Amino acid sequence: MGIEGIGARVARKEDRRLITGAGRYVDDMVVPGMKHAAFVRSPHAHAEIKKIDVRKAKAMPGVIDVLLGKELKTDGIGNLICGWMIHSKDGTPMKMGAWSPLAVDRVRYVGDAVAIVVADTKGQARDAAEAVEITYKELKSVSEAVDALKKGAPQIHPEADGNLIYDWEIGDAKATDAAIAKAAHVTKMHIVNNRLVPNAMEPRAALGHYDKAEDHYTCWTTSQNPHVARLVMSAFYNVAPENKLRVIAPDVGGGFGSKIYIYPEEIVCLWASKKTGVPVKWVADRTESFLTDAHGRDHVTEVQMAFDKDNKITGLKVDTIANFGAYMSLFSSAVPTYLYATLLSGQYVIPAIHANVRAVYTNTAPVDAYRGAGRPEATYLLERTMETAARELGVSPAELRRKNFITTFPYQTPVIMCYDAGDYAASLDAAMKAADYAGFAKRKAAAAKKGKLRGIGMSNYIEACGIAPSAAVGSLGAGVGLWESAEVRVNGVGTIEVLTGSHSHGQGHETTFAQLVADRFGVPIDSVSIVHGDTDKVQMGMGTYGSRSGAVGMSAIVKALDKVEKKAKKIAAHLMEADEGDIVIENGVAKVAGTDKNVPWFQVALAAYTAHNLPAGMEPGLKEGAFYDPSNFTFPAGCYICEVEVDPETGVTEIVQFVAADDFGNIINPMIVEGQVHGGIAQGVGQALLEGASYDGASGQLVTASYMDYAMPRADDLPSFQVSTSNTPCPSNPLGIKGCGEAGAIGSPPAVMNAITDAIGNNDLTMPATPQKVWAAIRAAKKH
Amino acid sequence: MSDVSLVVNGRKVSGSVEDRTLLVHFLRENLGLTGTHVGCDTSQCGACVVHVDGKAVKSCTMLAVQASGSEVVTIEGLANGAELHPVQAAFKEHHGLQCGFCTPGMIMAATDMIRRHPEGLDEATVRAELEGNICRCTGYHNIVKAVLAASKTMAKSKGKAKAKAA
Repeated sequence: MGIEGIGARVARKEDRRLITGAGRYVDDMVVPGMKHAAFVRSPHAHAEIKKIDVRKAKAMPGVIDVLLGKELKTDGIGNLICGWMIHSKDGTPMKMGAWSPLAVDRVRYVGDAVAIVVADTKGQARDAAEAVEITYKELKSVSEAVDALKKGAPQIHPEADGNLIYDWEIGDAKATDAAIAKAAHVTKMHIVNNRLVPNAMEPRAALGHYDKAEDHYTCWTTSQNPHVARLVMSAFYNVAPENKLRVIAPDVGGGFGSKIYIYPEEIVCLWASKKTGVPVKWVADRTESFLTDAHGRDHVTEVQMAFDKDNKITGLKVDTIANFGAYMSLFSSAVPTYLYATLLSGQYVIPAIHANVRAVYTNTAPVDAYRGAGRPEATYLLERTMETAARELGVSPAELRRKNFITTFPYQTPVIMCYDAGDYAASLDAAMKAADYAGFAKRKAAAAKKGKLRGIGMSNYIEACGIAPSAAVGSLGAGVGLWESAEVRVNGVGTIEVLTGSHSHGQGHETTFAQLVADRFGVPIDSVSIVHGDTDKVQMGMGTYGSRSGAVGMSAIVKALDKVEKKAKKIAAHLMEADEGDIVIENGVAKVAGTDKNVPWFQVALAAYTAHNLPAGMEPGLKEGAFYDPSNFTFPAGCYICEVEVDPETGVTEIVQFVAADDFGNIINPMIVEGQVHGGIAQGVGQALLEGASYDGASGQLVTASYMDYAMPRADDLPSFQVSTSNTPCPSNPLGIKGCGEAGAIGSPPAVMNAITDAIGNNDLTMPATPQKVWAAIRAAKKH
Repeated sequence: MSDVSLVVNGRKVSGSVEDRTLLVHFLRENLGLTGTHVGCDTSQCGACVVHVDGKAVKSCTMLAVQASGSEVVTIEGLANGAELHPVQAAFKEHHGLQCGFCTPGMIMAATDMIRRHPEGLDEATVRAELEGNICRCTGYHNIVKAVLAASKTMAKSKGKAKAKAA
């Protein structure tokens, strides 16, 4: 592997600029003549817009213009869309309501954008935004999906009768019902997956610049996938044709899914730049982020799991209601369907599965993929149900799982997925050993002496990453392909640029992608630059989400490297008058195997560009591109064990140990993989203990709209984690990589909840398990 | 409008600002020191921590005019030329950052924490004292490791400097 090659724990190349304050985020960008925008947003959850009076605002100091939705419509700017078609079980297409980037006659959630104010300074724009006078007629609103389905609930979009977007199913209902009817035991649960706000630390931002001379637009934006942003803004929102629109996502301060989507603000800033003739920058404040970033999760589910007399699972029936918020965000429809219900087999042999999913409009912020996207919801319901079943059946939770593990591969589940490889018992054993599972009883007794309730819980997750192949996702309704592109450019002196469509916003691509090159040619990673995040530099790409940068993005680089290597070997063979098949490239040198003949790498590169002495008929240059479309999903899996101590007097939960044993296949940089797991676990623990977006039922106001009200995990809420990996290579991609970005957030919530409910002896507990809820659950358990 | 004049990263600077201008906005917009970040509106996240007269301050809680006459150090002024400050170096070595947005504030807060604890730090203290800085990427695991490591490195080099002086 070499000290900088595949598998090496290399410190990150991108760190230097980020630790010295030299990072460049969208808010750091300054363009000559740039002005500042503020959005006027709806203060109501649901209302008709009767009248908008901008006269006072326009007269305020520094104000350049105030622009409204009807002008945007006149200019032909399109509505925002959801790009994944789902059909209901009756065959009808999902019911998508219109989402104008600026609301015209109706607002549907608190924060819905109504107007944009452009002014000389941010302060002036905000002052003027407050002076825009809008007359609203308030309407009844609804924030819970279950309530939105009830008769008499306010109708949110005329297109979706009864607020139902789709009523979808997967699996075999008859076989599942039969399994439940015949079961020796059925575990039933009501599962709520709490609504979360992704909260990347960098708030969303956009800087739109229309260049009149070139009739060309540039958009700097906080995006995980600038090429998708350009494609969608061009093809659907009529902002500009692709060749007239450049999208740049520079350093981006975290995404976690929330920066996949194209939001109204970047569209409106681009349009407003042309209207006003000045570059327009908007940066969200934190409350705006809370109100308008796509939220995550928010499922309510009834589940039944059937067992035979040997405690083997015979069936699983799931009925889910998913809250989509006021508008369908870009990939929202795929989350509770193909990213969720297809994972309901978990790590287990389940002969019959049926899931029904209803997607519902409410007067809340749009909901879309957030770290894990559908898979955390599937894992949470399965793993809480498994733990509960073990308690009901009076058997060890670990052994109940082990008994039901899938052990032969490939394994075709009843819900589309075909798992290619895995060793679930290996992860379970590794986690139990690391957690000293066997010694728990002693620790529990010791804790009891201190007056603490100690509990242990586990979670065995599986996820599907690197969503593909494109033709398959297309057949399931996706509006895009899910391949990735790469270009490897070797310069005349042998330094290398790798252009990739995988955007990096914390994942360390500038390091791991360079390691691939170092591994291949034995050149130092400092001679390799990773170029990403700019549609003028990189031709096309699908971006970073769904833990796909490794499995898909790096595979595209491998494919391009293969081509470069092939040509370089031809050149080297020609220079040394040797056979192409005898050339090996290592340690920065092309050698004839078994001889001392060699040519340094830079000379091979130079020869390609001087073109004085190339094989007959060869084109000059050393640059190759590749598109990689995976043949299957990848299936990371693992076992997480959480141990807690609960103070029965206060209900405060302390995580005393957290163990993660993951199987990510092959690993390029273990340090970065561990970092991804740490961060994922923190978000999962946050969901389990602290976080929950809460709308006031009567008014539809988001009451958790700042860090004073929404509890983010802080350093003193978390322990250090014990993480380890096993490595069953993924057979479907050249590197054997599975992906590691989301596992922590997927696997951890049920482990935490299983531990707390074990400690307090009451299974009736929902996330976030705040001290108040835990305290109440302890009291309730005592009463029974 | 008010005039402010202060020393930032060793350089005398002055400017005329709206009275409501926060120190963080003065640093970012007037001086172009964009390493100091704004992550919230409520002084919770700590992305904007700088040192004012040697102490860590959330620069979103201070008006530019309040800082007038002070000495301010931002993340841009922490390294000694090309040589990283030990806390910066430890963040890199221990992978204490991912997206990098909270990092400047974390590093400035950690540097101040180490200064205030010449007796040394333990994990619980580091975690308790980082409570005012939010990171969404790292789960704090490697940040805590980096701060502990930097604290040890700095204690050692202080020890060496003392031994040399003696």
